[in-house]
Amino acid sequence: MRNTLKSVILLAPGLGWLALFMVIPCALIFTYAFFERGVYGGIDYIFTFENFQRAADPLYLGIFLRSAKIAGLATLFAILLAYPAAYAITRAPQRYQTALLIFVILPFWSNYLIRTYAWIVMLNREGLINQSLIGLGVTSEPLPLLYNNFAVIVGLVYNYTPFVVLAIYSSLNRINRETIEASEDLGAPGFTTFRRVILPQTITGVAAGGVFVFVLSIGNFITPDLLGGGRLQMVGNLIYDQFLSARDWPFGAALSMFLIAVMMALLFTQAVLTNRAAGEGRAS
Amino acid sequence: MKMGAGLKLHLVLFYAFLYVPILVLMALSFNRAGLPTVWTGFSLEWYGKLFTADPIIKAARNTLIVAVISTVLATVIGTALAVGVETRRKSSALDAVLFAPMIIPDIVLAIALLSFYSFLNVTLGLHSIILSHVVFNIAFVVAVVRTRMRNFDHSILEASADLGASEFTTFRRVLLPAIAPGVIAGALLSFTLSVDEFIIAFFTAGPGSSSTTLPMQIYAMIRFGVTPEINAMATIVMLVSFTLVLVAQRADKEVFTR
Repeated sequence: MRNTLKSVILLAPGLGWLALFMVIPCALIFTYAFFERGVYGGIDYIFTFENFQRAADPLYLGIFLRSAKIAGLATLFAILLAYPAAYAITRAPQRYQTALLIFVILPFWSNYLIRTYAWIVMLNREGLINQSLIGLGVTSEPLPLLYNNFAVIVGLVYNYTPFVVLAIYSSLNRINRETIEASEDLGAPGFTTFRRVILPQTITGVAAGGVFVFVLSIGNFITPDLLGGGRLQMVGNLIYDQFLSARDWPFGAALSMFLIAVMMALLFTQAVLTNRAAGEGRAS
Repeated sequence: MKMGAGLKLHLVLFYAFLYVPILVLMALSFNRAGLPTVWTGFSLEWYGKLFTADPIIKAARNTLIVAVISTVLATVIGTALAVGVETRRKSSALDAVLFAPMIIPDIVLAIALLSFYSFLNVTLGLHSIILSHVVFNIAFVVAVVRTRMRNFDHSILEASADLGASEFTTFRRVLLPAIAPGVIAGALLSFTLSVDEFIIAFFTAGPGSSSTTLPMQIYAMIRFGVTPEINAMATIVMLVSFTLVLVAQRADKEVFTR
């Protein structure tokens, strides 16, 4: 009895806060998604599926697909950059590893807008990259590196790769070292050891990092807004537009349900993968 | 084990990728000419301009108000929550709720909160930003403190109770000192997150400029174009964040590596 009371006192304020300022607001926009838009931008409480039908319109479907493509490419490049970096850190002397990790994660904790802005400075026509390319004689004219999908992907990879390094590092660290030595002793070439022994044991770290990058990229608003070309780049910008310019809240709410659905599906897949890996770990 | 040359090169290039943009930005904040990317000589002019610009000073003050209050609230509530969760049996539903604020897209939480406040006819302002920031700050405090709790030997709590200490005494004299590094680290991270948060503040600040925060001011300036003032402000904001994060890491050595 006493323990229950103590538990309630400790849990109630926090869970209450999250219920009031996260669960209920999310439930509210979930219901908004099924209502009609009011004439002056409010909500008319008339039940409809129209918002979801409209989201399937080729125009919006195109934006979804572009968002998924950009997020997918960002995820792929983030993993390709992060994996060798994380692997290199596990091979560094033990006493330097914490410091190396802190310097990976440090930029991640600074202002997202500023980190994105830094790439405007780097990629613009007079930026360091174009100046260097012209200086080296690679090109005579500045390349259009900014305000396109390339810049958006660079921005997303830059902002989220540190987390992927961390996720992969922690799964690399849990590997049973003897399995690597056994593989090497049995004469497997380096790449075979990596592909058959190391990679399978770290796939949960790759999945955790990958899901993180994909989810945060596909719902991103700032990076396409600042580095992309055009106004309606990705789903995040579309939602922003529905709420602050078009004033069509029900449609914006329906679009954000799509983001939540993608997020939940990916997190579920990741949980299944992790559980399966844990099961296999126990079996062996 | 040793690192191959290829791996070493990759790691060097990776750190260059992470730090060159930041360092270029910082260097250009001391550039004399208004040109954003070509070096013409050392100057502190842009920092001077920054400290005399009223909108920036006001935005910085708003940001501090939001960050301090939301950090205090989130630290108290989040620490209690972490202790509560770790001293009862494991629930994956509870874990999901506590993890959700970290992974939910900012834009979704932002529009949900805006809809919620307008549904209740709440006047928007600094207070609505604070209420909103506490949501994700709680999640980070809980995550850091829970890690700390897991490395704590719970039998010490029973020993304290057996020796006749009251619940509150046990909490204050035994548990709190043990988890204090996590609480401090969690608070510092909350503060950093809140100082840097843009989208949720942007949506829940309401119309007008009275509750503009620093990130909102930075966003408006970036949309306007690349200027040396932004470089100067970015340098200050980044150095503040880096300092706070390194202090958090000093407080709780495991905060980023577990």
